[in-house]
Amino acid sequence: MKKIIQRIYLIFIFVLLYAPILTLVVLSFNNSRTRAKWGGFTTKWYVSMFENSAIMDALYNTLLVGVLSAFIATLLGLTAAISINKMRRRSRTLVLGVINIPMLNAEIVTGISLMLVFIAVGNFLTQFGYTIQFGFWTVLAGHVTFNLPYVVMSILPKLKQVNMSTYEAALDLGASPMRAFFTVILPDIMPGVLSGFLLAFTLSLDDFVITHFVKGPGFETLSTKIYTEVRKGIKPEMYALSTLLFVSVLVLLLLVNVKPQKKRSGDTAVKF
Amino acid sequence: MSKKQRLLSGPYLIWTVAFIVIPLLLIVYYGLTSAEGGFTLDNIAQMGRPENLKALWLALVLSVVSTLICLVMAYPLAMILSNMKFNANSFIVMIFIIPMWMNFLLRTLAWQTLLEKNGVINMALKFLHLPTLNIINTPYAIVLGMVYNFLPFMLLPIYNVLIKIDKNVVNAARDLGANSFQTFCKITFPLSLPGVISGITMVFVPSLTTFVISDLLGGSKILLIGNVIEQKFKQGNNWNVGSGLSLVLMVFILISMAIMQKYDKDGEGAAF
Amino acid sequence: MSNKLIDLVNITKIYDGVTVLDDLNLYIRENEFLTLLGPSGCGKTTTLRILGGFEHPDQGKVIFSGQDITQLAPNKRQLNTVFQKYALFPHMTIAENIAFGLKIKKKSRDYIKDKIRYALKLVNLEGYENRSPDSLSGGQQQRVAIARAIVNEPKVLLLDEPLGALDLKLRQDMQYELIRLKNELGITFIYVTHDQEEALTMSDTIVVMNQGYIQQIGTPEDIYNEPQNAFVADFIGDSNIIDGTMIQDKLVEILGARFQCVDVGFGNNQPVDVVIRPEDVELVSPAEGTIQGKVTHLIFKGVHYEMEVMAGGFEWLVHSTRLYPVGTDVGIRVDPFNIQIMNKPESEDEQAVMMDE
Repeated sequence: MKKIIQRIYLIFIFVLLYAPILTLVVLSFNNSRTRAKWGGFTTKWYVSMFENSAIMDALYNTLLVGVLSAFIATLLGLTAAISINKMRRRSRTLVLGVINIPMLNAEIVTGISLMLVFIAVGNFLTQFGYTIQFGFWTVLAGHVTFNLPYVVMSILPKLKQVNMSTYEAALDLGASPMRAFFTVILPDIMPGVLSGFLLAFTLSLDDFVITHFVKGPGFETLSTKIYTEVRKGIKPEMYALSTLLFVSVLVLLLLVNVKPQKKRSGDTAVKF
Repeated sequence: MSKKQRLLSGPYLIWTVAFIVIPLLLIVYYGLTSAEGGFTLDNIAQMGRPENLKALWLALVLSVVSTLICLVMAYPLAMILSNMKFNANSFIVMIFIIPMWMNFLLRTLAWQTLLEKNGVINMALKFLHLPTLNIINTPYAIVLGMVYNFLPFMLLPIYNVLIKIDKNVVNAARDLGANSFQTFCKITFPLSLPGVISGITMVFVPSLTTFVISDLLGGSKILLIGNVIEQKFKQGNNWNVGSGLSLVLMVFILISMAIMQKYDKDGEGAAF
Repeated sequence: MSNKLIDLVNITKIYDGVTVLDDLNLYIRENEFLTLLGPSGCGKTTTLRILGGFEHPDQGKVIFSGQDITQLAPNKRQLNTVFQKYALFPHMTIAENIAFGLKIKKKSRDYIKDKIRYALKLVNLEGYENRSPDSLSGGQQQRVAIARAIVNEPKVLLLDEPLGALDLKLRQDMQYELIRLKNELGITFIYVTHDQEEALTMSDTIVVMNQGYIQQIGTPEDIYNEPQNAFVADFIGDSNIIDGTMIQDKLVEILGARFQCVDVGFGNNQPVDVVIRPEDVELVSPAEGTIQGKVTHLIFKGVHYEMEVMAGGFEWLVHSTRLYPVGTDVGIRVDPFNIQIMNKPESEDEQAVMMDE
């Protein structure tokens, strides 16, 4: 009896979280231009989206910012995690506290503060004849900043678990510290590094608020494009594109997760 | 610290100062100065205006309500997941990570379709001869959107704390004569408190400060404090007042972060 | 020893298709110090958890003072457990930990206070009331766990490898402490361990388990001196286990030499296992020995020398206080009382264990 109630509850949560997603998938096959009415089944949006250059541009920007910001955040986060791991307790708390601000602070405040800093730097540079264009670079910097804490949080626990004597053994056997790091420690923390990268990429893709404040006119990601379309009505192509993205990631995750599941059964705490 | 390590920690320290510390100081600067540059407390006093107070009050009410709903929904879920014999990780990825691949704005917008007068939910209710739900463009819809978007932030920290509790500690309580209810009240819940606290902040802060969810599900009639601030920056270009209001908002955020810090002794944020 | 307190009847427990306990029968008497001894995975901890009520057997019954308690919840049982790694409540002080069970039973404030003082005195931790568990050493936490259990005045105390996490010296001290406690409290102890020395030191009765079966039940002396099969002989202390043939009653042939023994009833010319403890192997001059060999290894072990002697194609393990350098020709003699004859194992499980070793 208890088991059945638990099962029902899990299904309820699952439905709650996936009902909107299913709705969007259904809408992507809707022949009618408005979401209010079902106009029959069609796949035409999946064709026409490729002809819509505004959507394609936004997709390109989203993916580019996503990959680059995840990559930079992972590199920075890796160096941060390594040095934080070696710090004494007090400075560790301080540095972690500062790095975590974008994760704990309100997104709107992070967005506004970044916008203000870019404007201030811009004002400062105009004195020397340079300008800062709000667009790709400002968005990239913003995304790296809010991704950083998540990457550090993914890598740090793995780094703590690393058996330092294997590193010392590598040194003892004649490896340089650099080489010992790359051959012994890095493979050990790789799952944390990879999950940090993937989480950063996912968060970047899903971000709206920060981008909204730092993007400037003329530069659109999928999120900001959708936001401007809200009042006029979302173009069905957007549903089609989102469904395509969602399904391809789902398939990818399934492929990756089906095989190595046996090996990983040991970890229980969820660390991305 | 050796020279090399100092070199390693350079880039991210510069990054955190440039994109986290300085931007926050800028908000403080703008918040405490007038458009002409002189020191003033007027911007902060703006929060006292009735329309702003109303927006702040509504945001507080809605965020407290949705935080409570999230807690009540997520705690049993975390308990079910932490007691599962098989690895619950895949379920958690499924409810937390995968939905993120469907754009946040679209996901939230989809509730409009579901909640509409003749939407899917009302059709189902009618079919079951139950009274229909007319909550679209009301504060109820905003709460629903908050719970929907932030539930995983409550679930994860609680789950991560629960699975770390030694099963034998729970067994010991039973062994010493406590029934399951007493065991929960005296052992499980107190031990999971750090997770609960961090879950509360993780839900409360974004709910309090959101402007997107209220925008999308409140039908642009309902203004939360986030909407007011967003408009000051994006429409009114009144950065000083916007920063002043943000400063007030940050007081709430700081209070909740301080509470979290007190319970999170590892300094790592039980969430990730 | 008086009457039966607990009776485990035909207990079977299966996890994910693996039989952990197979038709186990065991009774425990009042005031007994009974030890479940065996390698990891032998089912000893599962047996204890079934007694505590944390697991329910798939088949069989648990009888406690004549009552069937098989399905009774842990909080309704008159026994208390000292858990492996202690399982103290980390958010409570030592005093609160000890008071937990008493508060649940709604005892008076004064009674609880007295009990805490009494229990802490009993485990030599006076003055630790307000400390938190993580400020205590492993040995101290262990004592708190015991104190927390015994204030409830259980009829039976279940101890799940309670000394496993302690270092050797502390473990030995705690062994004496446990014996003292048991005598002072006058209650039944059921103790789980994989450490044969611990079992031999403390128990009234040892139950040797392997792969879900009971291999032997007996006093420590019985188990050590008269192991019933090769598994027990091998698990308890060092031993030489040699293939032999029972020529007739009181005469066994090992490695081509005939030894006098005291065992009867194995039939004539029957293959048997012969167990000889290393300290029972006497080294003498070659002429005096029943079988002749050469010392191949020698290690000083403190109280004695450990030697290996190659004789009759078998490496004999020998403990002796006399030193025979490597290369010495020696004879081997064994007192007939020290030769233990056992039937060849019948079950495949026993066979499998021997192959593993």
